[in-house]
Amino acid sequence: MIEVNQLSKAFAGRPVLQAVNARFETGKVNFVIGRSGSGKSVLVKCIVGLLEPESGSVAYDGRDFTAMGVQDRKEVRKEIGMLFQGSALFDSMTVLENVMFPLQMFRHATVEENRERAMECLRRVELVGAEDRYPAQVSGGMQKRVGIARAIALNPRYLFCDEPNSGLDPQTAIVIDDLIRAITQEFNMTTVVVSHDMNSVMQASDNVHFVHEGQILWNGTREALLAGGPPELEAFVFASSLMQRVRKVSRGI
Amino acid sequence: MRWFFHIGRYTRLLGQVFRVPEKGRVFWNLLVRELDAIGTQSLGIVALLSLFMGAVICLQTAHQISGWIPDYTVGFTVRQTMILEFSPTLIPVILAGKVGSNIASQIGTMRVTEQIDALEIMGVNSAGYLILPKVIAGVAIVPFLVVLSMGLGIASGLGVALLTGASGLADFEYGMRIDFKPFDVVYALTKTTVFGFLMTTISAYHGYHAHGGALEVGRASTRAVVWSVVVIMVANLVLTQLLLN
Repeated sequence: MIEVNQLSKAFAGRPVLQAVNARFETGKVNFVIGRSGSGKSVLVKCIVGLLEPESGSVAYDGRDFTAMGVQDRKEVRKEIGMLFQGSALFDSMTVLENVMFPLQMFRHATVEENRERAMECLRRVELVGAEDRYPAQVSGGMQKRVGIARAIALNPRYLFCDEPNSGLDPQTAIVIDDLIRAITQEFNMTTVVVSHDMNSVMQASDNVHFVHEGQILWNGTREALLAGGPPELEAFVFASSLMQRVRKVSRGI
Repeated sequence: MRWFFHIGRYTRLLGQVFRVPEKGRVFWNLLVRELDAIGTQSLGIVALLSLFMGAVICLQTAHQISGWIPDYTVGFTVRQTMILEFSPTLIPVILAGKVGSNIASQIGTMRVTEQIDALEIMGVNSAGYLILPKVIAGVAIVPFLVVLSMGLGIASGLGVALLTGASGLADFEYGMRIDFKPFDVVYALTKTTVFGFLMTTISAYHGYHAHGGALEVGRASTRAVVWSVVVIMVANLVLTQLLLN
C-alpha cells in the first residue's frame, strides 16, 4: 500500500499540489484521473521521487520514502516499476536488452539467467519474436508492452503507469489495460495509473482518485464514479457523448 | 547570478557523477564503447587536421623567414607550434564540436524522452551511469589523440619542407632538436587532460539539464559546444600562466 499524506508541491511559487491525501491499495489498479494540468502527473512524480515535494510524506508499506536518504531510496526504487507515457525505452538497446537492463544492474545472476528471465517477461506480454528488434522498429503498442515487461522484470511491488494508452488505437489500448490489470492481480502489486482516458478507467480501474486543481476532490470505485459526485467530476467523466449515454443507461434516465 | 546558478548546478552534477558505479561489468562495457566513440571515431578528423596544419605552419614559417633567419627555424617552429598550442588546444576545441555536441544531444534526447527518469526510477544513478564513462574516456583518450596529432603534424611539416625545399632534412631535424624542453610535452598533456575533462563534463551538463523537445535538445547541443570552447580557452590561459611561469 502507498499512503500519501498532506503532499504539497509548487513551481515558482505557483501551487500545483495542495495538501493531497491518498491511499493506493495493494493488489488493486488505482487510477489517478483529472484534466490536463490538474497536477496528476506531478503527484505521481512526487510519489516516486522524481520531484521533491515542499511538504507532506509518501509511505511505501509504512516506510516513509520522503524522509529517506539516497541509499534507502535506491532500495525502495528497486521495488518500483514504471511505464512511461512515451515508453522511455533505451533506443540504443534491443527489446531484449531493454528488458534485461534492470536485471543486469541489480540482479545477482549470470547473463544467461537474466536472458531467461527477460524472455519470460516478454512471453508474459506476448512479445516473443520481437526481442532482437530496436524500439524504433516496433509499433507504439509493442513499445508499451516492452515497457511493461521491463517494469515487471525485477518483480516489483509497486507499478506506476503514466498515460499508458496515449497514442494507441482503442483495441491496443484495451490490450494494455487488460495486461496492467492482469499483472497487478498476478503479482499482487500496488498499481497506480495516471490517465484521463475514461475508457481505460472503466476497463481497468479498481479505485479512482479524481484530481482537480491540485487536490483530490473525490475517490471511489468505478461503479461509484457512474453514480455521480461533485460537479467538476461529473463534467470530467461525462464530457464525451459516449459517457453521457453510459450515464443515462446506468442511472436509468 | 545565472553564472553562480550554473556553476553550483554543474558542481552538484559532478558530485553525482563521481560515485561508485552500480555494476562494474556494465560500467566497463560502457567505458569501452565511449573510448571507441570519443577516440577511434575521432581519429580521422584529428589526423586530417593535423596533417594540413603541420604542412601550413611549415609553409608559412618558410615564407616569413626566407633569406634572413636560418632554415632550421622551420623545424623549430613546426615543433613548437604543434606541441605547445595547436595539438593540445585546437584538437580539444575541435573535439568539443564533434564529441561535445554528440554527448549533449545524446543525453539531452534521453532527458526529454524520459529515459533518464526511467533510469532514476530503477534506482540507477543516471548521472554516473551516463556521464562517468564519457568523462573517463575523454580524459584517457584525448591525450593519445593529441600525441598522435603532434606526430602527424610534425611529420607532415617535414614532408612539405622536403617537397617544397623550404628546409633540408638536416636543418629540419636540427630545428626539431634545438632547445627542446621535455616539460613542454608534460605541459601540453596536462592541458589536454584538463580540456578532455572540461569538454565532456560541460557537454554532459548541458544535455543532462535539457528540457522540452527536439528544439531544446538542439539548443543544449549548441550551448555545450560554445561553453566548452569558451571554458577551454579560459583554462588554457590560466594553465599556461600556472605551468610556464
